[in-house]
Amino acid sequence: MTSPGDSGGRETWPLWEVFIRSSRGLSHVHAGSLHAPDETMAVRNARDLYTRRAEGVSIWVVRASDITSSDPDAKGEFFESPQGKEYRHATYYKESEAVPHL
Amino acid sequence: MNHSNHVVSSAITAESIADSSVVAPEAVAQYALGLGDDALVLAHRLGEWIANAPELEEDVALGNIGLDLLGHARSLLTYAGTAWGKSEDDLAYFRGESEFRSRQLFEQPNGDFAATIARQFIASVYFAELYRGLSSSQDPTIAAIAAKAVKEVDYHVDHSVQWLRRLGLGTKVSHERMQRGLDAMWPFVDELFRADPFAAELDGIAVDPRPLRAAFDGLVPRLVIESGLSVPEVAAARGGGREGIHSEALGPMLAEMQVLARAHPGATW
Repeated sequence: MTSPGDSGGRETWPLWEVFIRSSRGLSHVHAGSLHAPDETMAVRNARDLYTRRAEGVSIWVVRASDITSSDPDAKGEFFESPQGKEYRHATYYKESEAVPHL
Repeated sequence: MNHSNHVVSSAITAESIADSSVVAPEAVAQYALGLGDDALVLAHRLGEWIANAPELEEDVALGNIGLDLLGHARSLLTYAGTAWGKSEDDLAYFRGESEFRSRQLFEQPNGDFAATIARQFIASVYFAELYRGLSSSQDPTIAAIAAKAVKEVDYHVDHSVQWLRRLGLGTKVSHERMQRGLDAMWPFVDELFRADPFAAELDGIAVDPRPLRAAFDGLVPRLVIESGLSVPEVAAARGGGREGIHSEALGPMLAEMQVLARAHPGATW
């Protein structure tokens, strides 16, 4: 399985994934990717590419090859198993008259 | 241009100066013209990198720095123009080479990427000191332009220092090129810190560049040496940019910068 950003050696700089926390956001959100020679320059390139319109107050970068992703071909066993298992949702259960304050 | 984002729109812009009723006093306008030309010429040089930088990301980084400088130039030229009823475009596109007052560092050709970084490093450290001083100018428009610029040029210093280190400490080739770049740009350092003839009568409004040299000398040689490079020992160029004396590089650059506006006066797109 290949990692995201593996170009088979055609790129001279590694690929980085960029996560930006907006001024009102609680968590960092994936903004896109870019090339940079190292992590310090990746943060700077991210600043230039993804925060030009005052989108963010914090930037994370991670080398794309350090991300391990789920196998797209394993969609069935990974993500379709919850189907039919409605009991995993709180709404499946009826309110019990004997239990107050629910 | 309309911006919905208040962070963007609250800062001073060329448009807000043009739309206001502010008129620069003659001496202040003469001073602002020189500062505006410095920023304009360097902005154009950086623009020449678009689609030519080593990587797309660096294309954007140099373009961003160029656009920041173009913003400074637009504000300063617009403000200067209020004294003479001229627009920023009148001043940028319809003056000849000898009427430009930019100091000679800024017009130096891009050379390779390392030479551009050397030029940007020297220029950005100088701008950072200059705008820090000007942000407390008694002229409120100059102070507002400088206060906005200082945050931008601090980032420009950081960008060029990052590359100075990587090229200086990188491969044999990158080291040699970075040193060559410093050697090529160093003769033009001295002029930056000579007295500005248009600042002489503007106590409390203009910044005398001469005392800024101490901060430059306290920072730049250390960073150069930490990057494994040597501080060039070269004779200073004769300078004279503020008096309209330029190296052979400026004329062709202006020809390219001005040709469209001169061929189609008043053109918009």
